[in-house]
Amino acid sequence: MPGLEVPTWDPETAMLIGAILLEAIVLYVGYAGLERLVGRRLMKFLIGGDSDAQ
Amino acid sequence: MLSSLIGTIGSSPETIALFVGFGLVVGLLFGFFGMGGSFLVTPALLMMGYPASVAVGSGMAFVFGTAVIATLKHHDLGQVDYKLGAIMIAGTTIGIEVGRASVFYLESLGLAGGVISVVYVFLLGGIGLMITRDALSGDSDGGIDHDADGDEDLSEYEIPEIATRIQETVRIPPMVTLRGDVRVSVWVITAVAFSTGVLSGFLGVGGGFIRMPAMIYAIGVPTPVAVGTDLFEIVFSGGIGSYLYGQSGGVDLSIVAPLLFGSALGARIGSAATAVVDADDIKVYFGGMLLAGSVAVGIGEVGSYLGNELLETVGLFLVIGAAVAVAGAIVFSTLRTLRSTRGRVTATTD
Repeated sequence: MPGLEVPTWDPETAMLIGAILLEAIVLYVGYAGLERLVGRRLMKFLIGGDSDAQ
Repeated sequence: MLSSLIGTIGSSPETIALFVGFGLVVGLLFGFFGMGGSFLVTPALLMMGYPASVAVGSGMAFVFGTAVIATLKHHDLGQVDYKLGAIMIAGTTIGIEVGRASVFYLESLGLAGGVISVVYVFLLGGIGLMITRDALSGDSDGGIDHDADGDEDLSEYEIPEIATRIQETVRIPPMVTLRGDVRVSVWVITAVAFSTGVLSGFLGVGGGFIRMPAMIYAIGVPTPVAVGTDLFEIVFSGGIGSYLYGQSGGVDLSIVAPLLFGSALGARIGSAATAVVDADDIKVYFGGMLLAGSVAVGIGEVGSYLGNELLETVGLFLVIGAAVAVAGAIVFSTLRTLRSTRGRVTATTD
């Protein structure tokens, strides 16, 4: 089929995409930790009380 | 890769702040709607003077990273249907290739650019009009409705009339049961996946803005599940796309890393907001954003046809402005809902 592209193995590109995946997971976990740490206080400041809307 | 990382450190603080802020807005929309990445990031990078391959490749890599984060959040909320996702991925992949083949065919006829733009404008405008009309009519059967949290609520979700009609008419086995007790023929899912894939490949976009309404209106899955499953699918399509662009040097980590830093927070807020915000508050903004996108593409095309750069810039600012406004509306609606909920709880306690 015209335009069909089949990915070939390229370790450097795989590492690049892996780095993005790793950054995404680290940020997800990091922000979750931050949310647990300051989330309640931030919600209290924003809405004037605790919220379970996480 | 190392040079990209050094590039991030070498970027000016203003550029990094701009990318982080822009990532925050896109992440918010992405987490909330399950769409809105590629058609915002790529034109913005092009406008900043990056080469087309870097703008498209880095945009795609950013969408991939954001989709990973938003999918993890939606998984935690029980809003990802992996069975539906797997069938959708298969159908969409084949559809994308057919769509791309159609582009090559039209290109050989010298008609590709014009036809793609016209389809883009009508599709964005049509979906935008449909959702806006649905929201303004106050009819809550389907659409971008996020008032479901957990399996029990999902099964109570009202299926759009058109989806019910399809489920009752097309009962070709094998049948599958999806989250929210939706029972539908595999062939319906495959047909939806294939046709949205064709459009996605034809237009060269991620396709969330086509796939998500299609999952709601044609398959009948609850909106939170449509959003979560769509994001799950984007993880795969975005990952493969980024890899292909990365092979030809199109992925620049100095762009992707700060964008992702902002979008990770935005996607968290957007995904969490799906369980809070009243749908009617936001549906109209979503439809409005698509309409603005349709007008912007139209203006941009007229600009490039006339060779007028100002019109192209106006088109881009219209899209980005609409995105920022909708992201702000989501945050505002979330805080307003939380405040009113708290007010009611306090009044009841008193």
